[in-house]
Amino acid sequence: MSETKIIDACNTYCPGPLMELITYMKQADVGDTLELLSTDSGTANDVPEWVNKIGHEMGSSEKVGDIWHIKVRKAK
Amino acid sequence: MRILVVGGGTGGTIVANNLARRLAPEIRARKARITLLSASDQHMYQPGLLYVAFGQMMPDELYRDEASLLETGIKFHVDPVEKFELDQNRVRTKSGEVYDYDILVIATGSRTMSREVPGLQEGAETFYTEKGAVKMFKSLRNFQGGKVAIVVGVPHKCPIAPVEVTFALHDYFKMRGIRDKVEIKYHYPINRIHSIENVAIWAKPEFERMGIKYETLFNVDEVDVENKVVKSMEGSEYKFDMLVSIPEHHGMEVIEKNKLGQNGWIPTDRYQLTMDGHDNVYVVGDTTNLPVSKTGSAAHFEAEVIAENIASIVKIGTPVTEYDGKVYCFIEAGRDKATYAMFDYLNPPNLRAANKPMHWFKMSYNKMYWTTVRGLL
Ligand SMILES: Cc1cc2nc3c(=O)[nH]c(=O)nc-3n(C[C@H](O)[C@H](O)[C@H](O)COP(=O)(O)OP(=O)(O)OC[C@H]3O[C@@H](n4cnc5c(N)ncnc54)[C@H](O)[C@@H]3O)c2cc1C
Repeated sequence: MSETKIIDACNTYCPGPLMELITYMKQADVGDTLELLSTDSGTANDVPEWVNKIGHEMGSSEKVGDIWHIKVRKAK
Repeated sequence: MRILVVGGGTGGTIVANNLARRLAPEIRARKARITLLSASDQHMYQPGLLYVAFGQMMPDELYRDEASLLETGIKFHVDPVEKFELDQNRVRTKSGEVYDYDILVIATGSRTMSREVPGLQEGAETFYTEKGAVKMFKSLRNFQGGKVAIVVGVPHKCPIAPVEVTFALHDYFKMRGIRDKVEIKYHYPINRIHSIENVAIWAKPEFERMGIKYETLFNVDEVDVENKVVKSMEGSEYKFDMLVSIPEHHGMEVIEKNKLGQNGWIPTDRYQLTMDGHDNVYVVGDTTNLPVSKTGSAAHFEAEVIAENIASIVKIGTPVTEYDGKVYCFIEAGRDKATYAMFDYLNPPNLRAANKPMHWFKMSYNKMYWTTVRGLL
């Protein structure tokens, strides 16, 4: 069954949120949804750019307080 | 108090030495015992591999006997752990020994996983192992010109290595007088040329000045060894004459087999450095799942926090400090210049222009490392 896994990439400069997402995306099964938490303002643009290029699916993307919550579904 | 450290690399050695000094009176009074188990009697200075790949260091310069680096109070055995029985507070080793502990420190490091990408192992040079670094140097020496591609797996240890090897390639070909016959193309997984924004901002004009091409959002998917083409998951490809790979890493197999963490990365509290759900198990260095660079530097700063906390637990029953995410990385910008990046969870690095004194500082650090792991620096 698919699940939502939280990746806490708040307050990290290296490897940084997108690199963390790529790491966990490789470990996930097709159909899994990952929710990336990030305090880096660039993440809201960086993640959709990669997700669209590689062919996964963007879910919701919202800022709650200082933290971006970005959901991505592994599509392949 | 029985303290067991598993892994005699950068993190494990610093924890053990630092603790042995802090707990000298307790060790003498037989109130504390430190045991270190490792998979090898040798300790390798891994950053030296980059220099081996360019003929600037010999492999034998990278090793010391682990026993020679340890404080006398530490009991050291070369006997790799095969089973972690965390619920019983004990581990079982290859030789069949059982070690009980009150506090466990896991410091088993990480390993390269070139085989995860079809064709990468056969089709690429890599300086992440001794054998690979020597082979890469021989290939570089024989290289007379053509296209050199650098590709980067995720996750990887030493996040600065991709830019360092790129600068080093530029200078090496320049030194041989064939730079004009070589196209260097750097490929990086995310949408800028380094994960640290300020490193990317610093490196981009340097790449442009040196005529180094680059492509971002390139995650290696496959290498067509016969036709010498590297393909990305994002759908692009590049035909090369030499491929240099910074391979994807996993934690050690023993961590995965014992179900301590997916792909060998152990879920770790980012401040206390304890394993999630196990307050008497500390995790240090590459094998944590922390969003922190997998570097000797991070392992070093984490090790100091862990040693201070274990010592205070022995002495007053409570930890006293937390890890703040500190990392300090030298960045070699070619054969004779370097800069550095220092950052933590909350503060990004500010990069200065690369200069010669910083390079000589790094060259001295290559020797000073052995005093660092002894815990003297
Ligand atoms: C080419 C290269 C360049 C690098 N450059 C830099 C740099 O410039 N700066 C920097 O800070 N870092 C750099 N690093 C990274 C740095 O070397 C590592 O991040 C660091 O060594 C990690 O320390 P560790 O203690 O986690 O693991 P390691 O130092 O790898 O030690 C792991 C130890 O665990 C032992 N072990 C494994 N399995 C078992 C088992 N089952 N039982 C018992 N023991 C076991 C091993 O024998 C080893 O002693 C570089 C690495 C490479 C490869």
